[in-house]
Order: sequence, then C-alpha cells, then structure tokens
Amino acid sequence: MKLIKNEIGRLVPDKVNGVSQIPFKGVNKYKPSGKKAAPQISSCIDYPANGNKVVKNLKEALKKCGLKDGMTISTHHHLRDGDTLTNYLFDVIHSMGIKNLRWFPSASFPVHSHLIPYLEDGTIHHIEGSMNGPLGKFVSEGKMKGIGVLRSHGGRYQAIQDGEVHIDIAVIAAPTADEFGNANGLYGKSAFGGLGFALADSLYADKVIVVTDNLVPFPCIPWQIQGNNVDYVVEVESLGDPSKIVSGTTEITKSPDRLLIAEYIAEFLDVAGIIKDGFSFQAGAGGTSLAFIPFLKEKMKSKGIKARFVRGGSTKYLVVLLEEGLTDYILDGQTFDLEGVRSMRENPNHIMTSPFTSYNFHTKGNFSTLVDAVVLGATEVDINFNANVVTHSDGYLLHGIGGWQNCLFAKCTILAVPSFRDRIPIIVDEVTTLCGPGELIDVIITERGIAINPRRKDLINKVKKSSLPLRTIKEIQKEVYEICGGKPEKPKFDKSKVVAIVKWVDGTVLDSIFKVET
Amino acid sequence: MKQKKANIGFAGKHGENIRSDCYIEIKPTIRSGLNLSIKSKVLSLYGESIRNLIYEMCEFFDLKHADIFVDDYGALPFTIAARFEAAYKSLFPDDTREFLFPMNKNNLYKTEKDSIRRSRLYLPGNEPKFFINAGLHKPDAIILDLEDSVAPSEKNNARYLVRNALRSVDFYGAERMVRINQLPEGLDDLHFVIPHNVHVILIPKCESSVTVKDVEEEINIIKTQHNISDTIYLLPIIESAMGIENLQEIATASDLICALTIGLEDYTADIGVERTLEGKESFYARCAIVNAAKSIGIQAIDSVFSDVNDMESLRKSTLEAKSLGFEGKGCIHPRQIKIIHEAFAPTQNEIEKAKKITLAFEEAKKKGSGVTTLGSKMIDAPVVKRAQKTIEFAIQYGLLEPKWLQKNN
Repeated sequence: MKLIKNEIGRLVPDKVNGVSQIPFKGVNKYKPSGKKAAPQISSCIDYPANGNKVVKNLKEALKKCGLKDGMTISTHHHLRDGDTLTNYLFDVIHSMGIKNLRWFPSASFPVHSHLIPYLEDGTIHHIEGSMNGPLGKFVSEGKMKGIGVLRSHGGRYQAIQDGEVHIDIAVIAAPTADEFGNANGLYGKSAFGGLGFALADSLYADKVIVVTDNLVPFPCIPWQIQGNNVDYVVEVESLGDPSKIVSGTTEITKSPDRLLIAEYIAEFLDVAGIIKDGFSFQAGAGGTSLAFIPFLKEKMKSKGIKARFVRGGSTKYLVVLLEEGLTDYILDGQTFDLEGVRSMRENPNHIMTSPFTSYNFHTKGNFSTLVDAVVLGATEVDINFNANVVTHSDGYLLHGIGGWQNCLFAKCTILAVPSFRDRIPIIVDEVTTLCGPGELIDVIITERGIAINPRRKDLINKVKKSSLPLRTIKEIQKEVYEICGGKPEKPKFDKSKVVAIVKWVDGTVLDSIFKVET
Repeated sequence: MKQKKANIGFAGKHGENIRSDCYIEIKPTIRSGLNLSIKSKVLSLYGESIRNLIYEMCEFFDLKHADIFVDDYGALPFTIAARFEAAYKSLFPDDTREFLFPMNKNNLYKTEKDSIRRSRLYLPGNEPKFFINAGLHKPDAIILDLEDSVAPSEKNNARYLVRNALRSVDFYGAERMVRINQLPEGLDDLHFVIPHNVHVILIPKCESSVTVKDVEEEINIIKTQHNISDTIYLLPIIESAMGIENLQEIATASDLICALTIGLEDYTADIGVERTLEGKESFYARCAIVNAAKSIGIQAIDSVFSDVNDMESLRKSTLEAKSLGFEGKGCIHPRQIKIIHEAFAPTQNEIEKAKKITLAFEEAKKKGSGVTTLGSKMIDAPVVKRAQKTIEFAIQYGLLEPKWLQKNN
C-alpha cells in the first residue's frame, strides 16, 4: 500500500484491502464510466410455487445461501442501538466456523461492540460502514485485521450499484413480513419506519434473507422490500430491543447554549430570505439541529408560510409541521421516533425515500441539491470551513458519515456546532479527518457567533445588516483558544498504519484515518 | 509554614456525568519529588498544558514532594487552578498566598448605581460548567452564588472557583455580582471576591442595618488593603418578616445600596405559608420592597421564578412584577432571560413619554441648559437617563426606529 496526496492535500492509500482506489479529485471533478452492476438472473422455478420461503432458522438460511469464508454480509441499521439481530447473526456465523468476512452495515451502533471478539478472532476481517463507539475505538487502535471503509449513505448505495461492493448475502431485519418476503418497517413490535437503507441490498445481493418477528399472511402491505428479491424468510422471536430501536438523539436539546444556536439558525434562515413560501429544509437528528424546528415553525406561522417539503430523518417535530399544514410532504430517509413511524403509516404525504432517490451521486440527479437549507452537526470544522464528522479531535473514530456528505449539496449548508465541548475546541486549524470540503459548507453557527463562508458573498450581503452575531471563523477560533488555555496539541498517530478511509460521495478517497498512538 | 496534620488534600468532582470540572488530590510525601498522574478526556489535546499548570502551582506554593492525582473532565485552566489551590489549602490552611491568573482584560469594565438590572442570572458557585457561556445569553447581571446553591461541604472550594471565574471568565458585559453567605461567614467570602472587580455584593437574609454596615466596613478594609478605588454596590436580599419590618432602616443603611430584592422561598417559609404562583401571600412584602426602594430612589427587584419549564407563568409573573413597580427579576436558567426582558420591554406609552423627555432635553441642550421642564415636571439628568434607557430598549426590541431622533429634530 502506497500513500499518495489527493487533490485536497490529504494522504490516502492507493489500495485498500487489496482493491485499487481513486484519490479524491475535487468536488464534481470525477465522473464514473461503464455500466452499473447487475444482480444474478433468478428463476421463479427455483422458488416454492406456493410462495412460502420460510426456513426454520437463520443458520439454515445461511447454509442454503452458501455462506463461506471471505464473503460479504450486509445488514442495515434501522434497529439502531436495539439491534440484537446483527449480533445474533454473527453468533450463528461464528458457530459455523466461517472466517474473513466483510461486514457491510449501513451503520453500526454501540450495541455492536458484541462483535469485537469476532473481529479479534478473524470471523470478521473488516467493516465497511460506520464504526461507532467501542468499535471505533477498537479500529482506531489498529486492532482490526483489514482496513475500514466509511461511506455516506448515498455512497454506500452507489458502491453496491456500481459493483464496487458485491454483497453475497444481505440480511434484512423486517418488523413485518410475509412468507414470500414482502416486508416493511411500519408495523409490529419492532416497527422503525421506512426500510430504505436495505433497498439496494435487496436489489443487488446474490442472496437475500428477510428476518422478521412479525410474520403476517401474504400480502404484507406496503411492500417496502419486495418478496421477488428475497430468497429466504426466517421468523425469530425478536429483532431487538424496542426501547432502543428509536434513536435517543431525537429529543430537542435542553442545553441553553444549544438552544441559543437553534434560535440563531432560525433567525439566519429568516434574514437570509430562505424561509419563503414553497421552500424546503432538512434537519439532522442531533438535538441542536432539531431544536431549530420549533423556532422555524413560529416564524413560518407568523408569516403564513408553508414549506413544499421537508427532508427527514423524521421525528415528531417534522410530523407536527405536516399535520399542522406547514409542509406538503415529508420525504423521509429514516424514521427516528414512534411519531415518525405512525405518521409514515397513516399519512400518504409522509413518503419513504431511499439513498437512491435522495443521495445517490451516480444517478440522473438526486434530491439533495433541491433542498434550500440543511442543518447538520460536525465534530470539527477548520478555518477553511472543511469539516469532520467521523473522528473526535483526539483522533478516535466516533460517528458514521450517514447522509451528512450527501446533504452538503443543499443550496445552503449550515453546520450547527458548539464552539467548544468541555475543553475541546471545535474550530481548528486543520480538521483531524476531512469528511466535507469547505467549498460546500456555507455557514457555521455557534453560540459565540455565526461565520459565513467568504465564498457565499450572496448570503453575507443578505444578512450583514441584521442583528445576528456575525463574525469570521478565525475570530471565533481565537476566542475559544483563549478560553481553553491555548491552541490544542495534535493527537499522535502512527502514520504508517491506515485503519480506515473516508470516501467522498463519488467513490474517490477523501482522507485516511490513521492508528491512534496510545 | 505550619503544616496541618491532614494526609491528603482534595477538591473538585469526579464520577459519572461530570463535565468541565476536575478532581485533584494532593498527598504530601517525604523526599520523593513530585509524582503527577493525570487522567483526562483531553489528554492528547491539553495534557502538556495541564501538567505545566500543576507544576507551576507546585512551584508557586513551594510544594516539592507530593503525589498528585488529577482526574479531569475537560476543566478549563481557571477551574483546574481553583481545584488545586483548594486541595492545597485544605492541607495548608495557614498559607495566605494566592495563585492568581492575570485579569482577563475583557473583565475590566465598571458598573453604575442605576445600571439596568432586569435579569440577574444565578450561577451556583461550585459549578464551573455553567459559568463559561452564561454571558452569551445576555443577562443584565450574573450572580456567582456562594450561598444557597452551594452545599455546605463545598463552600470553601466554591470561593476559589468564584474568585478565579471573576478573573478569567468573560461575562460579556453583564454586571458582575456575588451572593455571599449569611454573616459572619459571608465576611470571609468578601476576601475572595472584592479584589477581583466584583460590581455588586448580594447580602442574603438581611434583617437589619447592622448587617449592611458590617459588609460595607469589611469591603472598605479589603479595598484599602488592595488599593481599590472602584465603587462596589450592595444589594440586600430581604427574606424574612423581620427584614420587611426593618426595610427603611436597611435601605438607608448605606449609600452603596443600589437595589432591594426579596427572596420569596425563605420569606414564605418564615411566615409559614406555601409559595404560590399567584403570590397573594407575598403581596404585602413585595409592595413594601418596592415602596422602600422607590422612597430613596433605588431599584426594586423581584424574586426568582423557580419553574424553569413554565415560560408562560414566568411571563405573567414578570408582567405583574413590572406592574407593581419592580424593575428586574432573578432567574435561575438562561432561557428565562429573554422572557423577562420582553416582559420588561417598554410599553408604547412609556416610549412616547421617553421620546418627549429626550426631545425636550435636546432642545434645552441647544439652548445651553442641562435642565428643562415638560409640562409641570422638571427634566433633569436622572430623568433623561431613564428616558434614554427606555429609548435604547425600545430600539433594541424593534419598537422604535434607531434614527427616530434625527427624524423628529
């Protein structure tokens, strides 16, 4: 493996897990060629004519799928921190003595620390997906055998579609399914909403197993996953812990400082002229990102303005907008709370989307460029507006990318961040890990002021006469360094050991994550 | 230096859910040098800085042989230093040396007797995490509290923290207040705050002029010791039936009293009733406060509103306070500040009156006079100043055009 400097000056490996990589070439500078991957042709004559694909357990399903060493197993993250199915899946795989698997989740959660022994003993060779919490620590300390690959939600979809990642067996956790394999996430004790993140897996994997704890008679309506793409159905007692399936990050922050940031966001959108009839926005699932919605709602109501659509992560806060007639549609990538699940079930204007429609970069357009404003979080931002969302300032992998990179293509991208967390400055000279190029990040809103990217002269002109606390990013950084007792030291890395890479939305390599020296 | 027999000095917090604070333990040893052990969530970012600060403090206090343990949860330097000094002083209580950071130059502003005090935000003196961003919420004043919000066992530690905060934390222009403990303990508190540009001392449970005079006298002694010339104002808190009975005596005990306020939790306990949202039980006392204050031309400030989730009741309570003659209200959460300011915002009538006064004064100035009349009432400097503040608020709240004066001239 050789490290080469990509277009934005970051050192990235030419090969990862034996596969050649394309270094980042700049925003909108790389276009793929060739044909999309295609799934194998199946024949319905190989499947039961009565439509019953139920097998007795997961082990049998895996055996029938021909599980063997070195394969790629995909899972999805809708069960979030309540996901006991993935843990059980690898328990079964381990019991079968299988080794060197590539685990390809759409995201991982702290609950998946259960899998660390399988990374240690070689059952799992490496992870391509987010590596959060204890898994992130494990990987950052250089303990994973292979190199991790972090992609955005859109990037994951197109990696499958482009043939960059070929899934051998997809395991889909379905809160409701029928014997034929039709499935949705709307009903049952494990209901989590839309199943969009498993869509590509169902379309492109060689073998697809639907696992459910709520088997219903055919037809399972609506069929977010179509049984025609499914090989086997397994019934289990439980997919996971329902109390944790709904994300814990979807409550509005109670922190007065973060609420102040949220107020600034709504005020900024107002004075920048973004809140107007027919506009659209997307809020992430963080407490601060969500907190601006009630402030925004008040402004919309007082002006008599209605949004055409809002993008989710849906939560009760978006549902209220829909039900009070303040937006025509929720275009929902994933459902974060039970109100979101109920709304998607009951309201035809609450639409399930997938990364294909919303985020895919190798398509004839996607929704992300249509959104007027998006409010996101970050772990670090640098003075050139580059941002990090995957590693902590100490270099440890902390979060996945999610749809974050894809969202940067909105017309106005706002990062809502505290200027420092405890003693950790968020605005730094150079981000530890580059996840989003500064040219796509328009506004940084902190409790200590709002910094607008100098590239966005239009925005600067619109808000410069407002009472908003406008400052340069360097001014905010200087103040925070003074509070924190000077510029922080840099974490120490073993630069000879790449533990993971961060891909850009187009599939090129944006940055490397190196082993943290402990 | 006389050494106390305590084996280990410690201060600060540790355990789960601690943020922006640290725990420091010092165990003096014999001839083994300094053994410093640091556990920190920011070790890779500020490990060297923490180490250097601890060594610098050891050198300052001539501490040459000790085992020192720092359990850090992202504490800022002023907190680390306060915790270290408190731990050290628990071992060597007779050591009078103080380890002081240079005064943050943003903290050198002054106050005035009639400064606006619509909102005064209480910050528990032993919780550094609340200090840092308090000023960003733009309270008119912040109160670093050494009294009721600090547990008895933490009182001494809080003094070091409050002292260091007064020097290091930028409160972004908010008036700088400290609530000391009930006397006589409160007199000792003064030594930790008076030399560090505190603007107003809140005197709790004030029942007589003697208390005010004792505080004033101690402040004067400290000011002389430290060669301080800036005025430090006093704000007695009346919290008992006796205090209400002695209001006139208290209010006139010192020219430095800038306002009177009432503490309703203690007052209602003292008269033996429940504190209610309607506040009928304290109506007499609150009116008495307003009357006593206004009779000598100082401000009357209402008690805190203690339900941080009930913003609508806070708004009603503040409007009622305003209607009774109060000019401010205490708050215990930053989200209350905006509501309080909005409720105290000038009415259209007040704005019109302020405009007339300002215009009359401008006219008088053109004629070379500092005093004029409006109808039958004299317009002098304090009246003008109040009118200008009303105008300032009106502009701030968007109720008046910033250039109204030019347009009316």
